[in-house]
Amino acid sequence: MLTNFFYDLKDGGVPVSIKEYLMLMEAMQAGCANYSVDDFYFLSRSAFVKDEKNLDKFDRIFGKVFEGIEFIGDEEVEVPEEWLRKMAELYLSKEEMEKIEALGSWDEIMETLKKRLEEQDERHQGGNKWVGTAGTSPFGAYGYNPEGVRIGQKEGRHGRAVKVWDKREYKNLDDTIELGTRNIKIALRKLRQFARKGEATELDLDGTIKATAHNGFLDIKMVPERHNAVKILLFLDVGGSMDPHIKVCEELFSAARTEFKHLEFFYFHNCLYERVWKDNVRRFNDVTSTMDVLHTFPHDYKVIFVGDASMSPYEITYPGGSVEHWNEEAGEVWMKRMTDIYQKAVWLNPIPDTHWEYSHSIQIMKTIMEDRMFPLTLAGLEDAIKALR
Amino acid sequence: MKFAGTENYVATDDLKVAVNAAATLRRPLLIKGEPGTGKTVLAQEVADAFGMELIEWHIKSTTKAQQGLYEYDAVSRLRDSQLGDEKVKDIKNYIKRGKLWDAFESDKTPVLLIDEIDKADIEFPNDLLLELDRMEFHVYETGETIKAKNRPIVIITSNNEKELPDAFLRRCFFHFIKFPDKETMKEIIAVHYPDIQQMLVREALNIFFDMREVPGLKKKPSTSELLDWLKLLMAEDLPLDVLKSKDPSKLIPPLHGALLKNEQDVHLFERLAFMSRRQSG
Repeated sequence: MLTNFFYDLKDGGVPVSIKEYLMLMEAMQAGCANYSVDDFYFLSRSAFVKDEKNLDKFDRIFGKVFEGIEFIGDEEVEVPEEWLRKMAELYLSKEEMEKIEALGSWDEIMETLKKRLEEQDERHQGGNKWVGTAGTSPFGAYGYNPEGVRIGQKEGRHGRAVKVWDKREYKNLDDTIELGTRNIKIALRKLRQFARKGEATELDLDGTIKATAHNGFLDIKMVPERHNAVKILLFLDVGGSMDPHIKVCEELFSAARTEFKHLEFFYFHNCLYERVWKDNVRRFNDVTSTMDVLHTFPHDYKVIFVGDASMSPYEITYPGGSVEHWNEEAGEVWMKRMTDIYQKAVWLNPIPDTHWEYSHSIQIMKTIMEDRMFPLTLAGLEDAIKALR
Repeated sequence: MKFAGTENYVATDDLKVAVNAAATLRRPLLIKGEPGTGKTVLAQEVADAFGMELIEWHIKSTTKAQQGLYEYDAVSRLRDSQLGDEKVKDIKNYIKRGKLWDAFESDKTPVLLIDEIDKADIEFPNDLLLELDRMEFHVYETGETIKAKNRPIVIITSNNEKELPDAFLRRCFFHFIKFPDKETMKEIIAVHYPDIQQMLVREALNIFFDMREVPGLKKKPSTSELLDWLKLLMAEDLPLDVLKSKDPSKLIPPLHGALLKNEQDVHLFERLAFMSRRQSG
């Protein structure tokens, strides 16, 4: 059972290793879980999950593997009254209801119904584990019967409203869902390249010892402090189809600005042509020629494009294809010039990658970028950073 | 030996299990969570509950793993050698013990807190792998090996500014302190201010949780801020109906400075107050 659980976790994308499995075993042997399902859940979670973004995955898998385990071994099954009331409406025909009403009190109705349900129970499952098998039974939680009454979910036997792992409290911490500036910053930090440049402010201990031993007197050597030396060129698509993605782009932009000292950014529309601009208000007056950009920034700059790449294919492949102006050369040509100079370049696309194959222009752009197009999610960003390094 | 929270600290069930597992197996316990949910305080409380000494090691961006073990003060030895000091002959005089050394040499089992491990360089946790695993390290300068007399209970906190290496994570138990729900929050307040009026707590909690729901806040107020705010409310002895008033012009709660820590958030609240005033007016 546990081994299955371990492999389910691994298949489900929670990074677990044998080390953690053994640790869990050791803790169980030491009596940390105390034979309670809740404690076991807490213990295994604390042993297997090392990042809050995986908590939700863990909860889901735990729920699947140990579904119904809470109820194994219960000899007598209590049927909650509320459930019976609901059941009465569902399972007794009108005539029966009338007949029972003729019988008298609600208690008697309940008795009759209880008997019926027990019969039904045996027919379906042959036992008394009526909750958790998630099968065809009309009652019990998670069943497929649309009219089924949710028992296990509504009121557990331990006075708890919902099983802990069923609550899925960690849902929004899953990294494929949410992107905040903080998360982006953490992702961007991986791009750091440290270099010692500038004013010498730190004591170079090794150098000092060496020089002192060499000269015979105390000779202090200083070195410059370490700085993040990575240089970034950021090109952002604005307007039109990018409007729905403004928030995530803003977040990426603000995170990048605080993270990198050498960051230059430019805007473009849909596809890169012969001009880019820095201020959207004056986008038609105050433009920078793309050629100048190529000539200004050396090839060790890393280039990040952010855009949905969703446009008419002509806008990329044909001269004059631009929707805003007459472009002498096709966008494709400019993109090629870019990627020729800057070897390290990626395209971040706010559109989910599952939709990419339905858009011709995204496919073209992806080919131009030599497949270095990534979705603008935290996971995608991490892959992009890997490609940039 | 079981940790069950203390009279000053409300521990949820999952936290208890995690602490007990880490204490039993003497593996490090990694604690993450929103700022202000009591990560650092936990170590103090664990130490109190078990009656152990607490050794704190606060990590900064410049902290090196080696500093936790020991430091060799080469510069003062160089200086002493120039002055012809007798001390200079014994290298031991220039070895400064770090927090880990203190924890290992301690006669009674201590609790070692490594606070905000994510502040340090990205390689920092990797440099401590072996030391935390085997609880021993080697001093190259003197050739001695320091081995833990009693394996300390190690509690590590992280604010998630950097991702920690997998090899390091594999050796730890992990717990994510989630933001307490209303019930737990009531318990926490009862523990800190036992004689606070129930009404005040209820109104304050409503305001507090509503405030956390406001979209677009840069920094959501957390437990420690709530506790500060309650303290202020009690000190000011404001009449209860100030909190209760549903008057839209007073949408910003009194003494909000304890809850909102940056001016953009205060502006946001002022704007919301203005808008609701306009709607009602």
